[in-house]
Amino acid sequence: MTRGTRMLPLLVAAAVACDEGASGEREPNTMAVAVAYAPPATYRAGHFGLGRAPSRAQLAAWDSDIGPEGLELPAGRGTARDGAAIYATQCAACHGVEGQGLHPVYPALIGRDPRGEDFAFSADATVPRTIGNYWSHATTLYDYIRRAMPLYTPGSLSADETYAVTAFLLAANRVIPDTTVLDAAALRAVQMPARDRFVPDDRSPTRH
Amino acid sequence: MTRKLSRREAIVGAATALGAVAVAKATAQEGAAASAPQATVTVPTDPTKLQGLPTSALGARSPFVKPSRGPTGETVGSSLTPLQDLTGPITPSDLHFERHHAGIPVIDPAKHQLMIHGLVDRPLVLSVDELKRFPQVTRTYFIECSGNGRHAFRSPQPDLTAQRVAGMLSTSEWTGVPLATLFREAGAKPEASWFLAEGGDACLMTRSVPMPKAWDDALVVWAQNGEPLRPAQGYPLRLLLPGWEGNINVKWLRRLELGTRPWMTRWETAKYTDPMPDRTARRFSFENDAKSVITSPSYPAQLRARGWHPVQGLAWSGRGRITRVEVSTDNGRSWADAELMGPALPKAAVRFQHMLEWKGGEHVLLSRATDESGFTQPTRSALIAARGLGTDYHFNQIVGWKVARDGRVTFHGET
Repeated sequence: MTRGTRMLPLLVAAAVACDEGASGEREPNTMAVAVAYAPPATYRAGHFGLGRAPSRAQLAAWDSDIGPEGLELPAGRGTARDGAAIYATQCAACHGVEGQGLHPVYPALIGRDPRGEDFAFSADATVPRTIGNYWSHATTLYDYIRRAMPLYTPGSLSADETYAVTAFLLAANRVIPDTTVLDAAALRAVQMPARDRFVPDDRSPTRH
Repeated sequence: MTRKLSRREAIVGAATALGAVAVAKATAQEGAAASAPQATVTVPTDPTKLQGLPTSALGARSPFVKPSRGPTGETVGSSLTPLQDLTGPITPSDLHFERHHAGIPVIDPAKHQLMIHGLVDRPLVLSVDELKRFPQVTRTYFIECSGNGRHAFRSPQPDLTAQRVAGMLSTSEWTGVPLATLFREAGAKPEASWFLAEGGDACLMTRSVPMPKAWDDALVVWAQNGEPLRPAQGYPLRLLLPGWEGNINVKWLRRLELGTRPWMTRWETAKYTDPMPDRTARRFSFENDAKSVITSPSYPAQLRARGWHPVQGLAWSGRGRITRVEVSTDNGRSWADAELMGPALPKAAVRFQHMLEWKGGEHVLLSRATDESGFTQPTRSALIAARGLGTDYHFNQIVGWKVARDGRVTFHGET
């Protein structure tokens, strides 16, 4: 489908039979409410000619996300040893020297509490959810550090530094050996311990 | 007095002469930065015998009205809507709850841009002014943080206020452009099944959204309750996904990328997922389920007069309209349909009311909401059975208030 031929959302005009009085007598309160957008026919073609194409530079600067396949991971590399030094100066103030976090604002990062190994978090809210026992994708770690950390200088770490901190956190969580030289290919190959724990939302009126 | 009085002195002097009582200076609320400095206000014994105050550039609340969001004061922090102080379904913009992950950015709207790219025929960059040239819609929707009610769920202590129990719920009238309009403008490719929304704050908040929501009721909004968004609510642009957990309504929206699968961002994997008893965790639980809370009476109120009292509260559902709210005054042994005060709009809070004739007895007041999709609020024990006490988001258990014989009201969360 191309622009202009896509099916439009339908206008749903619904009659709402509202409220019963406190005394139990029914007082019909009917009103029509448009719940979905239905553009008038005059601009149904859906083309207003507004805006412009992003420049190559703006795209490159903004399109920084790393997906779960890690295809966008940049060149660079780092080791847990390099990362430990960066962690000590850039991360430990909030997340703790041992990665234990500062509850409730700064989450725990490191730890493989035995109670968390079988993913029994539903039974006990006090078991810290860490990178090692709860994160499903190693690519998320790189993406998050690069976009949002360190807290007071976000986006300041280079690709090498980001690989190094990622390597440190994965090694400290016993996900990779601390000798690993982490680069794009190595990061793509990392299998997180919790990767198979996540399921789609299956709530229903009879299933909370 | 011989010298000429300033107008203020004249007012105060006259008021004093008339036997005025000075109201304590309206003290700065918690989070002083948000409060404008306020002068001492004098209350004359007879306001009909004295000129009132002149007009002013901005309205202010009566000095007798002092709501506070009770902020945590952190940039990675929150503040809560004081539900017990409000009436009607709409939340005043300055009392909308907050949850930020990197503070509130200061953004110049003249420089802010929204980029739409990825699986589109025509990647676009739009200024805020350009965005406002698309056909606009105005809709009333709630936003609720999916962590709303965690404390009441895990630790239902009697001294919880309505604000602590459910204050991460606010409702506004939003104005913006349907996301469907923007995606048609950019020429969304049919193979696009998810999009990434990114905010312009210091954490570049990112969430993945299934495309059907864009074709349904998603908006990019720039106005709230008749004026531009508050900075804490995303000024100048916010993604609004009606009925879906607060975090995914990305504030300070700057980028939309269309793709074929979720991005597995930190906020949809390590956070905002729900651990389950079978040692899994639900991911992408977007809708906030049917929920209600009685806001009056609530702790720390005390019923002092016997006779009729309105039991009021709010009900809402991320799955559509609230169709029914029931109230129990006897801890769930019997239920009566409450009155819905005004139209129950889809994915908007509606206020309900039940009249209680209090004769000095003990009561446990509960409310239970049902929505048009058939979801009814479960008890806390049913929710614990389904998800466990350690589950982390999307709490919608029945809650209420105990009224003691002396009229004192305390939280009752063990349902």
